[in-house]
Amino acid sequence: MSLLEIDNVTLRFGGLVAVDNVSLKVNEGEVFALVGPNGAGKSTIFNLISRFYDPAGGSIKFDGHDLLKNTADEVPSFGIARTFQNIELFEQATVLQNLLVGRHRHRKTGMLSNIVFSPKAYREELRHRAAVEEVIDFLNLQAYRDKYIGGLPYGVRKVVELGRALASEPKLLLLDEPASGLSVEETQDMAFWIEDIQTQMGISVMMVEHDMGLVSAVSNRVMALSDGKELATGTASEVQSHPAVIEAYLGTGEISKTGTSRA
Amino acid sequence: MRFVFKTSYDADIQLFKHRAQAVWYALLLLLVLATPLYFFVIGDAYLLGEITGVLILAIAGMGLMLLTGHTGLPSLGHATFMALGCYLNINLLGAGVPWLIAFPLSGLIAGVLGTMIALPVLRLHGVYLALATLAMSMLTSDFVVIAEPWTGGIAGAAVPDINIFGAEINRYANPYKFYYVVLFVAILLVWFYRNLLRTPTGRSFTAIRDSEISARAMGINLTRTKAMSFFLSATAAGLAGALFGHSAGYVTNETFDLVMSITLLLMIVIGGLGFIHGAFFGAIVVGIIPVAIANGRSFLATTFDVNINVPGLESALFAFILVCFILFEPMGLYGRWLKIRTYFELFPFYRKDMFKRQKSYLKTDRVQ
Ligand SMILES: Nc1ncnc2c1ncn2[C@@H]1O[C@H](COP(=O)(O)OP(=O)(O)OP(=O)(O)O)[C@@H](O)[C@H]1O
Ligand SMILES: [Mg+2]
Repeated sequence: MSLLEIDNVTLRFGGLVAVDNVSLKVNEGEVFALVGPNGAGKSTIFNLISRFYDPAGGSIKFDGHDLLKNTADEVPSFGIARTFQNIELFEQATVLQNLLVGRHRHRKTGMLSNIVFSPKAYREELRHRAAVEEVIDFLNLQAYRDKYIGGLPYGVRKVVELGRALASEPKLLLLDEPASGLSVEETQDMAFWIEDIQTQMGISVMMVEHDMGLVSAVSNRVMALSDGKELATGTASEVQSHPAVIEAYLGTGEISKTGTSRA
Repeated sequence: MRFVFKTSYDADIQLFKHRAQAVWYALLLLLVLATPLYFFVIGDAYLLGEITGVLILAIAGMGLMLLTGHTGLPSLGHATFMALGCYLNINLLGAGVPWLIAFPLSGLIAGVLGTMIALPVLRLHGVYLALATLAMSMLTSDFVVIAEPWTGGIAGAAVPDINIFGAEINRYANPYKFYYVVLFVAILLVWFYRNLLRTPTGRSFTAIRDSEISARAMGINLTRTKAMSFFLSATAAGLAGALFGHSAGYVTNETFDLVMSITLLLMIVIGGLGFIHGAFFGAIVVGIIPVAIANGRSFLATTFDVNINVPGLESALFAFILVCFILFEPMGLYGRWLKIRTYFELFPFYRKDMFKRQKSYLKTDRVQ
């Protein structure tokens, strides 16, 4: 059964067609990867799902809900969590506080009971802490729990952002280049985590990634995009060997021909 | 150096990090509770009145701190909310509402009105929001004049005394009681503020401050949350305004002017943006400067026979101090205190760049 259904979605930035009539489905329980050269429109698709942009046409449905009827801040309540390509953490807060914000959609107390710290607010806080603690254990973030984001190395920030998304207990996790800027070992860890997220937590994952090693290792299906258009969809090896994809990565057909003739 | 071993989630949720911290704050509480005793013994309550004034400023400062320091929304118009609270309080008291109801009610109505005023400008960012609130502050005096039946206009209005179950409290007649009333309000608000910061509502404020885009992606409704912060902030300012009225005894259209709005903002920046302590540290500085200038003046006049009478010296000095802070200590006085404390806790391992903000991960530096 498909969890996320994007149908004929188009988005223009002025004259530039960033996403051109794209349709895709993410099935429940799968890891779906979006690949493509820079500027292909991958992040823009994520931002469309997050409802940061309004598409010019098409529909986006998630788990039976029409996302286009909702605003960006309502999207997480359906069970969609995400990370950002350029890390968007709350820098002047600790790792713990960042993860707790991930729990926002599960809060049950309002401003008043928060202000007087009612017993209900206290119990809720304990529950959030317990949930966040599981994420901290899963991602091995214990050493950084009370550290401010401002002072953390890049690799750790990436993990914290993953943790913040996980803390919201989503059904679908959107990861925008989870391995960019990571070392080989860190990428290795990321691959294991994504596998565990899929198999043990039962969370579906949609990710954008340039590292084809990681894509092949973890994804069930891959879609290649270029200039906002779908090139091919299939398994990682099918997509990698698809002529249109090879062409897009190598530039124009002319160059790839001269390239092969010289070789 | 202290290691805090956390044995339960409570450790992060409790108000104090460890026993010693709780003891320090208990001592501080004892000190502020016992302060009037000293002035009672020496029989001169003048300075106690100044301290009470500092507490009132700190209450208004907490309001602005929540909005600017914790939600990231600058306001140059908080004196307007103080004016709202003050005049509401005067009118409610005048209508015969008991102080115990009139006082909190004037804060709450100031909060509601403040939010209604703020809603149209909440979509604005940074300097635009600052300008919109600045305009509001500039108009306040005119509105006070226009609303003469309620405000007394240019002639001003006398503020009735506080009356708690028949006990009359006047700033001059009962300085000790007035101090305790203000202290109680200040402590209550600190407690509310702390609670807010350790629960989802406060976290959604700081989330908006640090990254609006991620806050939205985590399910935080920007308009509603900013409005909530504005409401709480204006309520605190309104309460401070009501107390300020009691402390001044008489208010006119010039009481809550632009200078007061600006002073409030200076105060929290000097005190340390993003820390509750900052509101108090800033209020102390703002309270001390005029006293220091007056003392300095009379010292120069009596010892050296030099008479300095430069108009606007106080504002100039404020501005100078502010510039120095922004240049040398952006974390404010409280930030300086944190550094000194860490220095001693970690001695001799303190590194100079320990509190340095990471510059290499600014958004513009990041690789796409
Ligand atoms: N807010 C925007 N305004 C105008 N143009 C934009 C905006 N966001 C993206 N674009 C353009 O849309 C196109 C697709 O951008 P997008 O960020 O989706 O690419 P991407 O596939 O994520 O690339 P990368 O691998 O570099 O992250 C690019 O040409 C980009 O310049
Ligand atoms: Mg991208």
